[in-house]
Amino acid sequence: MKVGLFIPCYINQLYPQVGKATLELLEKLNVKVSYPSGQTCCGQPMANSGYESESIGACNHFIDNFKDFDYIVTPSGSCAYHVKKHYDIIPQTEDVINVRNNVYELCDFILNILKIKDIGASFPYKVGVHKSCHGLRGLRLGSCSERVEASYSYIEELLQHTKGVELMPLQRSDECCGFGGTFAVVEEAISVKMGKDKIKDHLESGVEVITATDTSCLMHLEGLITRNHQPLKVLHIAEILNSNL
Amino acid sequence: MSHSELASIFNKNEKKVDWHDKALWFVRHKRDLSVHEVKGWEALRNLGHGIKAHTLSNLDNYLIEFEANAIKNDIQVHWAADGDEHNRIVHNIIKESNGKKVVKSKSMLTEECHLNPFLEAHGIEVIDTDLGERIVQLAKEKPSHIVLPAIHKNKHEVDKLFQEHLGTKPCDGDPQYLTGEARKHLRQKFIQADVAITGVNFAIANTGGFVVCTNEGNADMGAQLAPVHIACMGVEKIIPKQEHLGVFLRLLARSATGQPITTYSSHFKKPRKGEKMHIVIVDNGRTEQLSRPDFRTSLHCIRCGACMNTCPIYRRSGGHSYDATIPGPIGSILSPGKDLKKYSSLPFASTLCGSCSDVCPVKIDIHSQLYKWRQIITKETPQPFVKAQTMKIMGQMFSKPSQFERVGKAVRWSLRNLPKSVINSKLNTWGKARDLPEGPKQSFDQWYEERKNNQKD
Repeated sequence: MKVGLFIPCYINQLYPQVGKATLELLEKLNVKVSYPSGQTCCGQPMANSGYESESIGACNHFIDNFKDFDYIVTPSGSCAYHVKKHYDIIPQTEDVINVRNNVYELCDFILNILKIKDIGASFPYKVGVHKSCHGLRGLRLGSCSERVEASYSYIEELLQHTKGVELMPLQRSDECCGFGGTFAVVEEAISVKMGKDKIKDHLESGVEVITATDTSCLMHLEGLITRNHQPLKVLHIAEILNSNL
Repeated sequence: MSHSELASIFNKNEKKVDWHDKALWFVRHKRDLSVHEVKGWEALRNLGHGIKAHTLSNLDNYLIEFEANAIKNDIQVHWAADGDEHNRIVHNIIKESNGKKVVKSKSMLTEECHLNPFLEAHGIEVIDTDLGERIVQLAKEKPSHIVLPAIHKNKHEVDKLFQEHLGTKPCDGDPQYLTGEARKHLRQKFIQADVAITGVNFAIANTGGFVVCTNEGNADMGAQLAPVHIACMGVEKIIPKQEHLGVFLRLLARSATGQPITTYSSHFKKPRKGEKMHIVIVDNGRTEQLSRPDFRTSLHCIRCGACMNTCPIYRRSGGHSYDATIPGPIGSILSPGKDLKKYSSLPFASTLCGSCSDVCPVKIDIHSQLYKWRQIITKETPQPFVKAQTMKIMGQMFSKPSQFERVGKAVRWSLRNLPKSVINSKLNTWGKARDLPEGPKQSFDQWYEERKNNQKD
């Protein structure tokens, strides 16, 4: 099984600890992971802003980097979703089709490909899960509150098997945090308000640590938490699953 | 003004935003409880989607069938290519019957065609009889929601408005008193009306009849009392058979308010003896939207408003921030088809969270269509120079790892070393209310390289 590690651009530059945790975690689970050098971005920032055509170079570069792997694993539901959903703007060669089929968000990969539930991690904190939208409603990494379906959540399943984690329920289990890429800047007022409301929900539930499958949502929430000096921490799910506290 | 500008204004009053958000979330939550009681809800959504897709693919035939059956039932059928023609037709019918006073139940189509100001300019009194619509009419505003037109107003504002226009006593926003007074006021209007206008929720091709759904019974009050009934419908309101109502009536009310069915589902089939019934069938841009493969399913919409109630942006920006007849997510995929430039900010008023698509009873992939409109808008409408250039530069940077590395290094250095006052200067919109992460010394790339080298040793 050839597994390629895809580290999104902003994690590479701003949150390297999330990349490290992902790599270490996969190695702990006996996965032989390669990290192709020269990675950049999946193209989502341009495409979601309406400039899909400017992202074609990034898409092609991404395919070149990852075409030889059986699985491409990434600590981002949003980036994985972008590759799966929006890479129809480049010609659908065999390589492109394979990459799109084989890209996996980290929790999805651990649970459904590796078939591992208990990683042996421990993390003695009250944890609130932020269900990042692209992973939830795009990749269906869990059931969402809008649809009538059996309840499930990959991230929560892994956390339930993490020693010491106390999962805290929220009033609104899967409302968007308001990040939304360039939305965070274009619609600054609403973006900030959504983030503040999200944080309030976690605080009122007694959460100590907010976690998610996407660091982008967490960056937005952390920005508000730091600015407003609130008693909360954010950690990517890889960092929790890689913990042994 | 753009959506974000109007939304910023709405957000100056955070208490009001919280109240608006909670009021609509309450409706969304009621909807959740109600749909979870229906076994096979998802199958019902699929069926609704399928019937609509089939109907739109055979729209011409079903419209002709509907017209023929309606005429058999003594209904007069009129066709309007656009809003102006629709207004002229309605006005002519009123004129022919020497009508002066019109009562109207909820119809987003007549809002879209700006019927009220047209008729008023011709000396005709038009009274909106849906309570929420009457409130916004008195306030000289537009509906901010398609099911809950006055959801942006609280009971105290209604209290003041009624004192001013209906001469009510101050009541500290007592909803029961205010509703009672509105009822008395509207009863008078119903009794005096010469013509009743209603919308159409479903027009049934194989019977030539149509169904109007209300919770207040105001469509019936109007149509049963006035000698002339004019029903206005968009071409997409057609369903093939009477039995399909069993799908759509169940989907509609649950999605809209969490009710199992609207209080009144009024079936109209033929005029009473000696009286008149008209149907005006309107295109007004719908067939053009139908011709756009990426956006045709937007015409599946049954106007339940669930996408508004669920949308975290709508709930926090208010319906008026969309400055369009149909606000919210569905409006943001319909409006650009009418005027791309005017509505060019609407598809960007979304995080693409996808909640709208999952809540939609007829499974319109709203968030995907928002994404697709964005691609068209940046190509076909003038874009800010800075935005276009930034995207181009980013596109180039992400094609070349060496460039990406250089820029990344500079960004990390800046975040680490520049004072907060510089980082959060006015140019940085992000920094108005949020901090940026501290720039780490090493990127993941650098750490990985270092680790690889250490392992070799």
